Amino acid sequence: MNKRIRWILYAAIVVLYVLHNDFWFWEDPRIVLGLPVGLTYHIGYNLAAAVLLFLLVRFAWPSHLEVAVEQPAEASSTDAGATGGER
Amino acid sequence: MTLAVVGVYMLLVLMVGGLSHRLFRGTGEDYFLATRTIGPFVLLMSLFGTNMTAFALLGGAGEAYRSGIGVFTLMPSAAALVIPTTFFFVGTRLWALGKRHGYITQVQYFRDRYGSDHLGLLLFIVLVALVVPYLLIGIMGGGLTLSWITNGQVPEWVGGLVICTVVMIYVTYGGLRGTAWANTFQTLVFMVLGAATFIYVINAMGGLGNAISQLQEQHADLLIRGDHFSPIKVLTYTLIPLSAGMFPHMFMHWLTASKLSNFRITLVAYPICIAIVWVPSVLMGLVGNLTFPDLSVPASNSILVRLISHYSPELLAGLLGAGVFAAVMSSLDSQVLSLGTMFTQDIVRHYGYDNRMSGKQQILVARIFVAGILVVSYLLSLVSSNTIFALGTWCFTGFSALFPIVLAGLFWKRSTKAGAYASVLTVVVLWIYFFMQGWGNADYTVGGTGVMAVAVITPASALAMILVSLMTKPPEAARLAKFFADSEA
Repeated sequence: MNKRIRWILYAAIVVLYVLHNDFWFWEDPRIVLGLPVGLTYHIGYNLAAAVLLFLLVRFAWPSHLEVAVEQPAEASSTDAGATGGER
Repeated sequence: MTLAVVGVYMLLVLMVGGLSHRLFRGTGEDYFLATRTIGPFVLLMSLFGTNMTAFALLGGAGEAYRSGIGVFTLMPSAAALVIPTTFFFVGTRLWALGKRHGYITQVQYFRDRYGSDHLGLLLFIVLVALVVPYLLIGIMGGGLTLSWITNGQVPEWVGGLVICTVVMIYVTYGGLRGTAWANTFQTLVFMVLGAATFIYVINAMGGLGNAISQLQEQHADLLIRGDHFSPIKVLTYTLIPLSAGMFPHMFMHWLTASKLSNFRITLVAYPICIAIVWVPSVLMGLVGNLTFPDLSVPASNSILVRLISHYSPELLAGLLGAGVFAAVMSSLDSQVLSLGTMFTQDIVRHYGYDNRMSGKQQILVARIFVAGILVVSYLLSLVSSNTIFALGTWCFTGFSALFPIVLAGLFWKRSTKAGAYASVLTVVVLWIYFFMQGWGNADYTVGGTGVMAVAVITPASALAMILVSLMTKPPEAARLAKFFADSEA
C-alpha cells in the first residue's frame, strides 16, 4: 500500500513536469485573479509543486536511509579522500 | 542618505557574521562544518539564499520589462519543481553516503565512487572554473546597483570592492557557521525588503489593477508569452535547475547535514520562497514599462532601481540597495566558502600536505585561498563588460551538464570510471563549443531553434557515461558494496 502511494507520487512528478508546458495559455490575454492568466497559472504551479513536495516528504520520505546510518561519522573525514587511489 | 543606509546594513551583516564567530570552536571541523549543527530553518535560508542572486532580482525584472510574463514560466516556475525534486532523489542519497563514509566535498565522493584520483582533480578544476564566473556576476551586480542608486556618484568598482571585502571578512572569520547565519539574515532581508518595496511602488502607481489595465492598452504583448518565448525554449530550459544537484555548496550541505529530516522543510518551502521573490520582481519589471518606456537592454536591467528612486524616498532606495547587496552577498559567501573547503579537503589534505601543518595552519591556508579567489573575481569584474549577466545561464548549463555523473554514481551500479571521464570531457568540450558560439548573444539558442544548449550538452554527457561505461570493465563488487549496501528493496 505504502509502495503504491510512493509510485503514484512519482507519477505525479512526471505529470506536473508535463503541465509546466501550458501552451494552451500561450496566447491567452485573459486576466484571472487580477493577473494575466499565464502568470496566474504559473503561480498556481509553484503552489502545486509545494503541495506535491509536501506529499512526497510526508508519504514517500526515504527513511530507510536514516535507519541505515547507525553511527554518525566522526572525524573519519580526514581519510575519506585518501581511500580512492588511481587504479 | 542612501549611502548611509547601505553602510549601516554592511555593519549589521558583519555583526551577525561576527556574533556567530564567537560560537566558533577554533577547530577545522567547526570552521568547515559548523560541527554539523545547522538547523532546518537556517538550512533553508542558506540553500535558498545562495540560489537567489542579483541575477534573479535585477536580471529577472529586466527580462520581464523586455519580454513580459514569460520569464516567470521560464525560470522560477521550472525551478520550483525541478530543484526540490532533485534534492528529494539525489540529495537524500548523498546525505546517507556522507554520513556513512564521512565525505565533505563532492570531489571526495567521486574519487571514492569511481576509484580515481585524477578524475577528482579534473572535477575540482572544472567546478572552480564554473563557480568563478558566478561570483563575477554577483560582484558586478552589486557594483552596478550602488552606482545606480546613487545616480552614478559612486563608481562601479567601489561597490564591487565593498562587497568583496565584507564577504571576505565574514567568510574567513566565521567559517560555515558565520556564513550560514549571515546568509539567513540576508535572505530574510531581501525577501522582506523586496515585498515592502513592491507594495510601496505599486501603490504609488495607483494599484496593481490599474497598472495591469494600462499595460493591456499599451503593451498587451507583454501579458502573454506570445512570440517572446517559444515553447521549445521553455521546455528545454527545465534542464537548467538540475544544476542544483552539482553546485559545490549544495553538495556540501547534503553530505554534512546532521539530520536528514532537516531537509524536509527546505523541500516543501522552496517553491513558495521562489514565488515570493520572483512574483514582485516580474511584476515590477512589467509595470516599469509604464513609467520608463523604451529603455535599451542594459538600461532595462536597472528598472527596479529606477522605479524605486522615482517613486520612493531616499530611505527606501537605500533599503532596496541593501536588499540587492543582501542577495548578492548571500550567494557569494557560500560559494566562496565551498571553494575554500574543497581546496583544503581535495588538494591540501588529499595530497598529504596537512601532515606538515597544524589545524590552525590549515584554516589559514583555506582563508588565503578564499581571499585569492575573491581577489581574482574582483579583478576580472573590473575588465568585464555588462553583458556578463548572460554568463549566469552558462554557469548553470555547466553544472546541469555534470548532473548525469552524480545520477549514475548514485543509481547505476554499472557506471565506470572511464564513463565518468567521458562524461566530464564531453561536458568540457561541448560547453566550450557552445559558449564560443553564443559569445555576445544573451539570447543564444542552438542554431536559433529555441533549443537551449543545456538540452544538447546534458543528454550528450549522459550518453557518453552510458556508452563508455558499457564498453569498459564493470566496477569491482567490493567498491559497489560500499555504495549500494542499502539500496532500496
